Amino acid sequence: MLGTGLLQGLKVTARNLVGSFHDPARMVTTQYPEERTRLPENYRNFPFLVGEDPADPLGTLRCVACQICEKECPPQCIYIVMERDEKGKAQKRPHVFDIDLSVCMSCQICVEVCPFDAIKMDQEFEISTADRFTGLLRHKEDLARSNAYYHQLHPTEATAVDAALAEQKARQAAARAAKAPAPTPAATAPAPAATAPPPPAAPAP
Amino acid sequence: MNPPAADPLAAGLLERLPLLARDALTGALPEPWRWWANSLLAILAIIFVFSSLFALLTLTERKVLARVQNRPGPNRAGLPLTRFRLGGLGQPLADGIKMLTKEDIVPRGADPVLHFLAPVVLLALSLLTFAVIPYGRLLVPVELEAGVLYFFAAGAATELALFMAGWASRNKYSLLAAMRALAQLISYELPLLLAVVPVVLLAGSLSTTGIVAAQAGWDLGFVPRWFILTPWGLASFLIFLTAALAESNRSPFDLPEAESELIAGHLTEYSGFKYALFFMAEYLGMTALAGLGVTLFLGGWRAPLPFLDFVPSYAWFGLKLLALLFVFIWIRATFPRLRIDQLTRLAWKFLVPLALLNLGTAALWALTAGWSPALQPLRWLGAAALVAGPFVLLGRGLTAGLRPRTYRFA
Repeated sequence: MLGTGLLQGLKVTARNLVGSFHDPARMVTTQYPEERTRLPENYRNFPFLVGEDPADPLGTLRCVACQICEKECPPQCIYIVMERDEKGKAQKRPHVFDIDLSVCMSCQICVEVCPFDAIKMDQEFEISTADRFTGLLRHKEDLARSNAYYHQLHPTEATAVDAALAEQKARQAAARAAKAPAPTPAATAPAPAATAPPPPAAPAP
Repeated sequence: MNPPAADPLAAGLLERLPLLARDALTGALPEPWRWWANSLLAILAIIFVFSSLFALLTLTERKVLARVQNRPGPNRAGLPLTRFRLGGLGQPLADGIKMLTKEDIVPRGADPVLHFLAPVVLLALSLLTFAVIPYGRLLVPVELEAGVLYFFAAGAATELALFMAGWASRNKYSLLAAMRALAQLISYELPLLLAVVPVVLLAGSLSTTGIVAAQAGWDLGFVPRWFILTPWGLASFLIFLTAALAESNRSPFDLPEAESELIAGHLTEYSGFKYALFFMAEYLGMTALAGLGVTLFLGGWRAPLPFLDFVPSYAWFGLKLLALLFVFIWIRATFPRLRIDQLTRLAWKFLVPLALLNLGTAALWALTAGWSPALQPLRWLGAAALVAGPFVLLGRGLTAGLRPRTYRFA
């Protein structure tokens, strides 16, 4: 009969109206600045630099300033200068590591090419600033985060990376032990890229 | 403001409170001035009450729509300059300030006088309709012999203002929307009036107070004799409701300002406070029509049950008005917009014939009023059949060839 469909429609809206008052499962809105939802593990936005020590991530960066990410970055938003001592010897540490967030497109290519698992994807999305030139340029001081922070953001991925790194370290130790039973001065600072293939990239999100 | 002479004994203190307040304010004035002061006070009261109702209605509408869609709705704006949010109660204030501070743009090609005049005329005409609605036993701003006629005369004139806005804007969307608005409003003026005629017929009066008086008393001691509780009254009310939705440009009949087709219709070239005036006039028109619906069909200010008579009559009127406005919002939350051909077809092929038939039913009802109690069930059954039969048959006939559309991609 004419009109029954209209009544059905009214019933549906009335049920939603009443249900929204007593059924918390219906109201999915998060009152954003006060409440926050946990972002999904696979969410990624802007890279950060991983440091081993939670107390001093900046001093224990995994980055060796090899500049692979700088060369691979499609929009060229990374700028790296390697640290050198007074004699000009490379220190395998970045002196400058800048990322221009106004240029970065969060493509994750830097993460995928990094052989040292030194750069990972952050979940930062509140980067608004009053000054778009200096406010969006992040230096290594702003980019350094601890491995624990990485675990917090992407637990599965971080565990896999840690396992791969541990395995690589064990393999290196074994190889070193097999090659030279007596410790040599060169072994104190092994170059990981020279002795082992790069570890598998982080599991695809 | 002439308080009706009827029922002076039944009027309690609460009932007379608005009149006492008025007399306290204007009682000291000499007689010829007093009438003017009283009328002015009534106008101010109407403007104040219904403007605040408009403000709260916009918020309620957004809240209800949000809840239907399982959202919380606006809940940020509270007391200004404090951290109290009051569940978004400050939203109308914030909207008002926003509208006031916005730039008032008049297109270069527009007719500046008409462009300015249209919202003013529209608001003034919408306010005029409030004059004849009986808000309570003793609260009738203007008691006219032909109150219903006056209401529709003032209400129909709003279409002029709408066309004025569309024409003065010198914008094709505005003009098209104004044409549409005229087509729609004139189409629906007919069922609206035809739905009211049976009420006038049965009440034997064109005066709104007379119509409320005709709905006095209780059947079986507790069933109110409101017109909506008769077969013809129910049909009339439904036709009235549909036509009122169309008259006030409400969804699902909001074609004159269909965003997807006409940007904002006749409002396209309006901004700032002029836009707010249009908005206000639209809501006031809706409120006035709802108030008339309450008066004509829902017993006006009368209590629904005999023992609830102690509650002041204006409270009952307010409750019924709010309930009807809620139905308007509920309908808006539910139905999608009609197409222009569906809109006019609904009016001319469905509502007008039904309203005409309903007029006959009402006439029969009036003729059989003297039947004995034994014949009353027959009277009810006959009237119900006369209402339901044409509805079913006409509905079936109009939808006979229609089935869900199938789309084929070439």
